[in-house]
Amino acid sequence: MKTDHILLDHGGGGKISHSLITETMLPIFDNAIISRLDDGAIFKIEEKQFAFSTDTYVVDPIFFPGGNIGDLAVNGTVNDLAMCGAVPLYLSVGLIIEEGFPMTDLKIILNGMRIATKKAKVKVVTGDTKVVPKGAVDKIFINSSGIGLIPEHVNISGHNARPGDKVLLSGSIADHGITVLTQREGMNFDSPIVSDTAPLNHMVKRMLLACEDIHVLRDPTRGGVGTALNEIAISSKVGIRIYENKIPVKDEVSGICELLGFDPLYIANEGKLLAFIEADSADEVLKTMRKDEFGKDACIIGEVISDNPGNVFMQTRIGGIRIVDMLTGEQLPRIC
Amino acid sequence: MSIKHLEEYRDPEISRSIIDNINKISQKKIRLMEVCGTHTMSIFKSGIRTVLPETISLLSGPGCPVCVTAQHEIDAFIALSRTDDVIITTFGDLMKVPGTTSSLQGERANGHDIRIVYSTFDAFDIAKKNPGKKIVFLGVGFETTAPAIAASILSVEEMKIKNFFVFSAHKLVPPALLALMESSNVKIDGFILPGHVSVIIGTKAYLPLFKKYHIPSVVAGFEPSDILQAIYILVKQIETESPRLDNAYKRAVTFDGNKKAKQIMQDVFEVVDANWRGIGSIPKSGLKIRKEFEAYNAENVFEIETIGSIDPKGCDCGDILRGLKIPPECRLYRKTCTPMNPIGPCMVSNEGTCAAYYRYHSIE
Repeated sequence: MKTDHILLDHGGGGKISHSLITETMLPIFDNAIISRLDDGAIFKIEEKQFAFSTDTYVVDPIFFPGGNIGDLAVNGTVNDLAMCGAVPLYLSVGLIIEEGFPMTDLKIILNGMRIATKKAKVKVVTGDTKVVPKGAVDKIFINSSGIGLIPEHVNISGHNARPGDKVLLSGSIADHGITVLTQREGMNFDSPIVSDTAPLNHMVKRMLLACEDIHVLRDPTRGGVGTALNEIAISSKVGIRIYENKIPVKDEVSGICELLGFDPLYIANEGKLLAFIEADSADEVLKTMRKDEFGKDACIIGEVISDNPGNVFMQTRIGGIRIVDMLTGEQLPRIC
Repeated sequence: MSIKHLEEYRDPEISRSIIDNINKISQKKIRLMEVCGTHTMSIFKSGIRTVLPETISLLSGPGCPVCVTAQHEIDAFIALSRTDDVIITTFGDLMKVPGTTSSLQGERANGHDIRIVYSTFDAFDIAKKNPGKKIVFLGVGFETTAPAIAASILSVEEMKIKNFFVFSAHKLVPPALLALMESSNVKIDGFILPGHVSVIIGTKAYLPLFKKYHIPSVVAGFEPSDILQAIYILVKQIETESPRLDNAYKRAVTFDGNKKAKQIMQDVFEVVDANWRGIGSIPKSGLKIRKEFEAYNAENVFEIETIGSIDPKGCDCGDILRGLKIPPECRLYRKTCTPMNPIGPCMVSNEGTCAAYYRYHSIE
């Protein structure tokens, strides 16, 4: 897509975002590691496999039910490393703070990060702080990068899905995105929805003990489950079939999506993962996930097929079929 | 037992039994038009086309408000956004519609103040917080949204807010259906009538259409079993040659509709001829703000300069809106016109036929 300016769509996680990365950024950085476009970079140093990931957090509002921007910054990067099969070890944190930002708010955010690192069992070992004049950023932006060690024999990548694999989802979708949306100025719902931000590395570790050969792990953040499945279908050159009646969506989330005309399949999650597992091992991994505090509602939502590679289909509740395409730009609420 | 009015209408057993019933009685090859953009989307999302017998074709009609907003209106919105001290407030769907040279999204990236709102109340808040600016609300939509916009103009009068204006591009559904039927090359055997519009105007608003053409017509809700039920009723009417105007959305729609909403609309708007994108001028199908409220009418208050508006070349939105073509028959579809690079409004809007086809239609 040709445009002279960056649009919000370029950050939306959908096709337009994807095209900015593949058409503009990849050709510039041009190497075999980055071009795999997994959640993190995977490389070897002296026979040990590492995962390295970075993410920048600009969420608005910065405080929301279930957490704040600090929690996201820790959990998000921990999860990106976990999706590579890595044990997350060390994080860096970069803060860009707007002049006038209240010190008390900064302390709440930092304390949130401290608690999150303890829960995830990682350490923030280096950081940077910049303060910019009022208006140059919106309150506070946080970048976090992380490094983790991938155990031997673990080979997880978006390129590894195979026909016959089962697709597992760790719990209800769209909780985070809808929580943030409802808190934003102009939308006041009295709903008990909270963000699902959570570190998934401990659950992943147990999953790998149950089945060393997990093919794909992905946390469906911006762009939601729909976008994540499409990325995997394209990378692995497979088709994916999912079942509408198997996908868990909380009633409150469903209600707000209906009201505004949003499709929960494309809304961000911050404490959920998709796992692609060989059929024979799927039930064992599912049992393991359900024992974890962040996988209690885990379920099998579909399977990988060899037909129509690169496409994702959903069998609807009434037995019909629809395509689950990749989101193009940002979802916009309906008019009527 | 409390009814949530959601899951119950998505019950797969109920839907499957209606599908079975449709299959049992459907013999004739028929074309049903679902008028409303939200129906277009619901039909695709639930995969209804893939469970209907081959005897039934569903056409998508002109009930997508963004899709039928005329090019010159889009250009006017864009021109307004470039005006000094104007803050544009709009429903989200309009952001990406391409005008002749730009779009609202493009203008926002250029630094003009354009904000997505969920209702006119949000726009009021913006007006109150920005007394030095002029807040223009883009009034796009059918009878579903027009009463709320009308109510906002009345409230602004009462509250004596001086910096809130509305650009009315509202349109009316029944005249468009009459115009469709008058068009000689459209073959429609029955209408799935809009749900939300009918909540406001009531089923009686379709009586002139029915009396003139005796075309099977059923008002439908939006859940899979609602739409399937409406299709079943239409098929039955056609197979037994007993056309009727029926209401299959009785939990929300009445014969008279919402009298208060209709009164408010009448108080603030007058009915005028309007230009529908791809269809042309339809008599008495648009709403214009009445003279007594001209102080709030953006078209009156601002000098809006647009260059000649040019409809995109090769774009078949007009034929698609009238049910004459399906998106794959447009030579631009999936080639140059995609959701990433939409040329016509049918691809831009979430509820546009082409966007729905692109997003949900199975690959053949």
